[in-house]
Amino acid sequence: MYQIIKQILKTGIKTETPPQPDEALRVEVRNLQEQILRHVGSALAIRCVDAGSCNGCELEIQALNNAYYNIGGLGIHFVASPRHADMLLVTGPVSRHMEIALKRTYDATPEPKLVVAVGDCGCNGGLFGESYASSGKISNVIPVDVAVPGCPPTPTAILQGILTAVTGGLKARAI
Amino acid sequence: MNSQSIAWTLAAAQTLLFILAAPLLAGWVKRVKCHLQNRAAPAVWQPYRDLAKLIKKNLVLAENASWLFRAVPYIVFGATLLAAAAVPLIAVHLPTSAIADVIVLVGFFALARFFTALAALDIGTAFGGMGASREMTVAALAEPAMLMAVFTLAMTAHSTNLSVATETVLQAGLVLRPSFLFALLALLMVAVAECGRIPVDNPATHLELTMLHEAMILEYNGRHLALIEWAAQIKLMIYAVLIIDFFFPWGIASEFSASALSVGVLAVTAKLMLLAMLLVVWETVLAKMRLFRVPQFLGFAFLLALLGMLTNVVLETGG
Amino acid sequence: MNTANGLPLLLAYAAIVCTLLSGAVSLFAVRRHPGFLHFGSFLFLFLAGAASIAAGGWALLAHLTLTDQLAFGLPWLKWHLRLDPLSGFFLVLLGTLVTAASLYGPSYTREYTHGKAPQPLPPLGVFTATFVLGMQMLLLADDALVFMIFWEIMSLSGYFLVAYQHQHAANRHAAFLYLLLAHVGALVILLSFGVLAAFGGGLTFDQMRATHLAPLWATLAFLFAFLGFGTKAGMVPLHVWLPDAHPVAPSHISALMSGAMLKMGIYGIVRVSYDLIGEVRWEWGLLVLVIGTASALLGVLYALMQHDLKRLLAYHSIENIGIILMGLGMSMIFLGTGHKILGTLGLVAALYHTLNHALFKGLLFLGAGAVLYRTHERDLERMGGLIHRMPVTAFMFLVGSVAISALPPFNGFVSEWLTFQTALQAPALENGVLRTMIPISAALLALTGALAAACFVKAFGIAFLGKPRSRRVAHAREVPIGMQGGMALLAVLCLLLGVFPTSVIMAMAPITQLLVQDSLPSAAAQGWLWLTPISPQVASYSAPLVLIAIVVVFGLGFLLLKRGAVPARRCYPWDCGFGRLTSRMEYTSTAFTQPIRRVFGAVWKVDEAVETTAGAGPIPRVTGIRHHLHVQDWSWLKVYQPIGRLVLAAARRIGFIQTGNIHTYLKYSLATLLLLLWIVSL
Repeated sequence: MYQIIKQILKTGIKTETPPQPDEALRVEVRNLQEQILRHVGSALAIRCVDAGSCNGCELEIQALNNAYYNIGGLGIHFVASPRHADMLLVTGPVSRHMEIALKRTYDATPEPKLVVAVGDCGCNGGLFGESYASSGKISNVIPVDVAVPGCPPTPTAILQGILTAVTGGLKARAI
Repeated sequence: MNSQSIAWTLAAAQTLLFILAAPLLAGWVKRVKCHLQNRAAPAVWQPYRDLAKLIKKNLVLAENASWLFRAVPYIVFGATLLAAAAVPLIAVHLPTSAIADVIVLVGFFALARFFTALAALDIGTAFGGMGASREMTVAALAEPAMLMAVFTLAMTAHSTNLSVATETVLQAGLVLRPSFLFALLALLMVAVAECGRIPVDNPATHLELTMLHEAMILEYNGRHLALIEWAAQIKLMIYAVLIIDFFFPWGIASEFSASALSVGVLAVTAKLMLLAMLLVVWETVLAKMRLFRVPQFLGFAFLLALLGMLTNVVLETGG
Repeated sequence: MNTANGLPLLLAYAAIVCTLLSGAVSLFAVRRHPGFLHFGSFLFLFLAGAASIAAGGWALLAHLTLTDQLAFGLPWLKWHLRLDPLSGFFLVLLGTLVTAASLYGPSYTREYTHGKAPQPLPPLGVFTATFVLGMQMLLLADDALVFMIFWEIMSLSGYFLVAYQHQHAANRHAAFLYLLLAHVGALVILLSFGVLAAFGGGLTFDQMRATHLAPLWATLAFLFAFLGFGTKAGMVPLHVWLPDAHPVAPSHISALMSGAMLKMGIYGIVRVSYDLIGEVRWEWGLLVLVIGTASALLGVLYALMQHDLKRLLAYHSIENIGIILMGLGMSMIFLGTGHKILGTLGLVAALYHTLNHALFKGLLFLGAGAVLYRTHERDLERMGGLIHRMPVTAFMFLVGSVAISALPPFNGFVSEWLTFQTALQAPALENGVLRTMIPISAALLALTGALAAACFVKAFGIAFLGKPRSRRVAHAREVPIGMQGGMALLAVLCLLLGVFPTSVIMAMAPITQLLVQDSLPSAAAQGWLWLTPISPQVASYSAPLVLIAIVVVFGLGFLLLKRGAVPARRCYPWDCGFGRLTSRMEYTSTAFTQPIRRVFGAVWKVDEAVETTAGAGPIPRVTGIRHHLHVQDWSWLKVYQPIGRLVLAAARRIGFIQTGNIHTYLKYSLATLLLLLWIVSL
């Protein structure tokens, strides 16, 4: 244990500065009150939904939890149930089997809620598009606020997308 | 009469301070944990933002949620608040300590847990059933250890009243009692189990099969979830303050003067910060146990408490 | 007997007359006139209950001891009757339950006239009356003859009540087992009275009180009394009749049996040890404590494994009797070692728990009966969601569950708190072994309390919460107002006894004055708001403030948080998004207790098997999986079956004297005659 503590103290804090929001990623502008957005933005709870993705985006999302990207340091945390969530982070081209599940997850989330679609599959169907097996982009199934393109997008890009969703056109808050 | 009203006002202020400071303790725990993981921590007052946001959210209820489901968060918060009122935080001799002694405190936690388990069963999903079942089992196993540790302490202090017990230890000075050492270890293990920390439960897990406490509240949201989360934070602080009061009470105010009270506040803050750091190191170093190892963990806690009681009977009580 | 002072005793007689009338009236309640039972018999029973409460309460609160002699019985031995604070306390207990049962009964017994399996009503009314009569008279008994006569009347009436629905073989078997153990117990009690009467020179209790017994004989008398009364009370290992008998009786009778009849056992132990024998010894207390702890722990562990609601409640009765015995045991230990105040505390804790258990167990059995009445289900695995269909019953059952789980601010918590406080005074003893054993038994009591809470989360949660697991339960309706009233009475009392413990303890002071010539003055020293059994420095509890605080938090929470909030949106439960959640996917009662079954596995005999049916062919496809679970009581296999085998083997051995040959029998007669002539000539 002594070795571990020594290593921890030697390494120090490794978190990098978070990115600024980018309004270009926004899909639809929703009239969420500024007040509510301020509350949600300062303490965001995210629920990840894998709607048929290849898990490439999941790995990048998982990287958000490490010491470098450190999404926890911004007051954002991942939760176990959509009831506890303010934002759904959806990946994948929504396979037909996950369509109902995704809709029910969206319904289960209390208002005010935001949706961020991650990856090319989520933004425009990606490699799979609309077919007998997948619904295409996520906004075909549930309303999406911000779409983050990339296959897979870097953790920085995903973080940028999340922050864009919560700042909602306001000036980026000082972090 | 005047001193009575001062005492009651102070007691109310202490209770308010207790429940308002609990999220701060949770924030401090998170901060230390993040630093131990080489990452930047959110602000220490982040839990307040979490609670404020939850209160502002709209409420979603399941179709078959009964009145019990809606009432439980208030019952849980009420019971936890009462427990917080009874524990001396910055001063002893406050009248609220006479409302409940340490056994009643255990009763308050049992009340909160009973109703949380019922709320979990109310929805009719398997998550709730599993969480309720596991939580009640672990709680049942933790009770004998807790009571045996309390016994050992009460046998030395000749009282179960928290104020009186704290004062007895305070006035005895720096005495090394082997029974207290055993009781401290047992109480630390029981506190970990009751507050749902690693290695008994992982408060940050997403896997329902590994959840104990979290599984019971998967259906809660909005202001209900805020009350329940807050109650959980208060419970952690209560156990921490309980351990501080029984084993390291020096610095707590014995009189109601401004200087004594400020010393009390500083002392308890410093001790809570240290205890939180100890908890974080413990949680970082250990991994969560599988459920059926928890009886062994708690059985060991009971054994330690039993040893403490036996040491008290054999060594410390002179006939 | 002065009429003015003897009014409580007259009220007691009135109660007895009302009971007799209730039995007489129900003789007319044939098929075409069920109203005689519903409105006649139960009305008189209500009056009997009210009169019992009045008589007992008066004697208790006014600290009266009244005696009387009735000219029944043997020519040289009249019936001696006595109403003192102890009898008064138990009369109040009995009266409360009888009143609640009489409010509940008229609607409940409709099942026997309008239901699918009609039963004749006169036997029910008559035997209920004799059952209550037996209990009332044995509480008033002041000599062994009256006591035993009415003890037997109570036991026999109980048999007929348990066997009321005799069409099912299981019910007959349960009734037989009940009768067998009741008689074994009665025999042992008779032996105890025999010892006391032999040294007292007579059968009256006054003579027994006046005698000072040698330690050996006192211990013998105590042991017989403890075993005999303990069989009726249901302590381990003499408890096996309880889980079979209580579920099959009609529900208001189960409430009476579990609430009142078991307490007659406790009354007997207290009366014989504290009153008739007088000086209790600490060794007896140790035995009572050990058996009490074992009963409490085993009772609750067996209760956890039950999924028949009434059987679960019956096992909980065993657990609570164990807790009462723990209190009594500690009281005896403290009294026997000269600590009178602490002994009084233990006695108060035990008697308080007796009253509390009667109330909340009565409430729970009435609730289970209400569910049975509407759904004809006793199995937890087929219930669910009743909180929506039967809201009042659910609320009453919740009150009972919270009370029995010993949670503040209800009554179960107060008596358990008092028991813990008694145990915490163990350092006052000199004996190191006792100072170790009492904390260990207190820790086991804590375990019992926590397991009881787990069991009632299971019972209430599976029965009333979630989704209905069978069709009949899905279509249940609320019970009639009478049944609701009976339950409400007990629920309100549960709350009142939890919120005003100081008043109750002050009311119980005459009992302890009578038995140990001491009371707890410090209990109310700080006023009615604070309960300080020993001193405010040692421990204090303010139940009214707790209740007020919870109500205030509720109010504040609603005001502060709900203000300006959008109404809640209803949605389907969070089920991982796949919908189609059925009641089969809920937790069952067996599933809920599976972790406990694994942790405490050695306590039961568990036969668990998973049976897989697979199709034939090169790759067997599983078509069905069945899980079999059978949890049994070890005492059957380890205690009763060996005893049964021994008795049968002995009978077979002795049976060889039955040759069937008349010549041999004539030889036996001749030999006996000669033997007797020889003895007479000595």
